[in-house]
Amino acid sequence: MSERDFVVQRTATVEERVDAIQAALKDRGLKVDEAIAELGQVATEQWTPQNGARVVARAWVDPAFRQRLLANGRAAVAELGYSMPKHHRHLVVLENTPTVHNVICCTQCSCTAISLIGLPPDWYKDLEYRARVVRESRTVLKELGLDLPSKVEIRVWDTTADTRYIVLPERPPETAGWPEEKLAGIVTRDGLIGVARL
Amino acid sequence: MDGIYDLGGRQGFGRVRYTLDAPAFHAPWEVRVNSLYSFAVRLGIFNMDEYRHAIERMEARHYLTASYYERSLTSLATLCVEKGVVTREELERRAGGAFPLSTQSAPGRTNAPRRERFKPGQRVRVKSECVPGHVRVPAYIRGKTGVVVSESPAYPFPDAHAHGVEAQDEPTYDVRFRSEDLWPNSADAALVHAGVFQSYLERAD
Repeated sequence: MSERDFVVQRTATVEERVDAIQAALKDRGLKVDEAIAELGQVATEQWTPQNGARVVARAWVDPAFRQRLLANGRAAVAELGYSMPKHHRHLVVLENTPTVHNVICCTQCSCTAISLIGLPPDWYKDLEYRARVVRESRTVLKELGLDLPSKVEIRVWDTTADTRYIVLPERPPETAGWPEEKLAGIVTRDGLIGVARL
Repeated sequence: MDGIYDLGGRQGFGRVRYTLDAPAFHAPWEVRVNSLYSFAVRLGIFNMDEYRHAIERMEARHYLTASYYERSLTSLATLCVEKGVVTREELERRAGGAFPLSTQSAPGRTNAPRRERFKPGQRVRVKSECVPGHVRVPAYIRGKTGVVVSESPAYPFPDAHAHGVEAQDEPTYDVRFRSEDLWPNSADAALVHAGVFQSYLERAD
């Protein structure tokens, strides 16, 4: 009889399990509390959609930056002080036009450009979005409130490798003359993912 | 592996549970899990491909019923046990109950013996391979033909990197498929792009 050959009375709650692994790692002498404080701050305060919004706003007001951004996203966002995790070696910026709409997803897990978009929203990681958006893009976008004219071609980008994507939304015509900071204020996370237009 | 995680194009799912300004985290323990797995990656206990694959190895019933961060937790704990950092018994004693972990890993594989550089505009086919270990080909493009749009810098080959197998870094190709080729008469018209490792591709013409 193996040592695990017994009836387990209950499954520990998720929180009990998190506490258990945290305590076990701490017991190994690892600086767990410090890492939780530091990485938690990065995930919730440093990596936010405001980063991507500032990139978009700069691209709207500075045509030379826009060209550099479309040519080499990672180098261009670094000009604005934004870094990307080491394994995100490539950033592709997807430009929306009156006839092309881009939307990003990760059908196998939850990959996205977290340092620019922020940790992805719950629905992005849910089974429904991952299963459906590649096959029923127009239907899913409509359900999410984005009813695209039929002349608009939809391009879905599945994040299946370590290349990362952000959408460069079209600049709304009524924002002519706005300063960059005000423009950044209207760029939403869902616009960077491509499930909303601005 | 042909796991339940590989969801692209599967049918029978309901509406996306979308809300405006949806949160990434719903509880403080979720932020902790996210930090803990990132910390383990930083320490070199495991890499991102091992992390992804340990999520994919969760039992299908557990995968489908677990929240996103429970999947993350399960991968973290599974890898810490497999790497000898902790034992399952210790985790269950500390947790005061069962601690479900992922199923065992199958062997990995190295790069394809012959790999080709492709140019934008070239037609390529995704090899029709069944891979027992980690693989980043979504099933919906397997055997399908598309057009190369661009080439990325070289990345670690996931099929090897998730299993501690030696391999060369290789580029991925951004390949554009037509949804009607992927799901004939059964998809909304769209262009679907995927990042496809060089080892997964062959010339179509």
